[in-house]
Amino acid sequence: MGLLNKLQDPFDNSNIIITTADKFFNWARLSSPWQMFFGLACCAIEMMATSASHYDFDRFGVIPRPSPRQCDLIIISGTVTLKMATRIKRLYEQIPDPKYIISMGSCSNCGGPYWEHGYHVLKGVDRVIPVDVYVPGCPPRPEALLQGLLTLQEKIRKQSLAKKSA
Amino acid sequence: MTPQEIFDVLKEKFGDSIKELKSDKPVDPFIVIAAEKIAEAGMYLRDYEEFLFDQLMCLSGVDMGDGNLATVYHLYSFEKKHKIVLKTIVPKDNTDTPSVSNIWLTANWHERESFDLIGINYTGHPDLRRILLPDDWEGHPLRKDYQVPEFYNGMKVPY
Repeated sequence: MGLLNKLQDPFDNSNIIITTADKFFNWARLSSPWQMFFGLACCAIEMMATSASHYDFDRFGVIPRPSPRQCDLIIISGTVTLKMATRIKRLYEQIPDPKYIISMGSCSNCGGPYWEHGYHVLKGVDRVIPVDVYVPGCPPRPEALLQGLLTLQEKIRKQSLAKKSA
Repeated sequence: MTPQEIFDVLKEKFGDSIKELKSDKPVDPFIVIAAEKIAEAGMYLRDYEEFLFDQLMCLSGVDMGDGNLATVYHLYSFEKKHKIVLKTIVPKDNTDTPSVSNIWLTANWHERESFDLIGINYTGHPDLRRILLPDDWEGHPLRKDYQVPEFYNGMKVPY
């Protein structure tokens, strides 16, 4: 009654759009993935450059938040040492669902240059937390990180409330 | 003062504890000292009016590769503008080296790092804990015979 009438009434300016719940939630999630204020190594410098005015991460809704309770996204930007891995695991668990991980750079993808002699380096952050998007590079340029974010947005766009995705 | 002059003064003061001066290497000339005398010698080097080594530029632990561990002290004097390198060598089964952290406060964290990664025991250090690795880490990873563990806290370490 009310909804359909309003749609047909040209003088009612209430701007109603009809969509599916999936599309609506996914649109909201992919448009404001708030990022954890968290950098580990040299990749963090590129991440900061991506956040700064020239590349402007903010236009995708990525805002750094200083608390894991307010985050949707972690960008693991740098070498994950074993000591840090336990902290990352804890931070990841403190983020409310839904949560997404971008693994940025060779170190966090697979151990990078420390793969053989790094007694203290975790050989890939996916050994402790599930990663959505891997961004290769050492370190990746801001364009590569932006591409990683766009890939993550495409992934979120295909999510469904009906079935849980990893 | 030249390293040779410094060596002669130390030799006269501490006798056989001052083992040798090596200046034929492509590095700064260094004086090898018996480990148990390093704190005494350090105090003398800092306070004797001809030396006045008021800065410890660096303190490093070294695995010599022959079953011995070494500590290297790089000293500098702002007053006299001269420098010298000291080295103490200890066997792996008895790594006791007196701490110099009460002589140069810089040494506090340097000795903790050397203890953490090489495993030299600095006797008399106020707080000899690991500084870089987690507290529950086993072994001293920069030793030549260190074996990388298979797992650390359930996380696989090798590639």
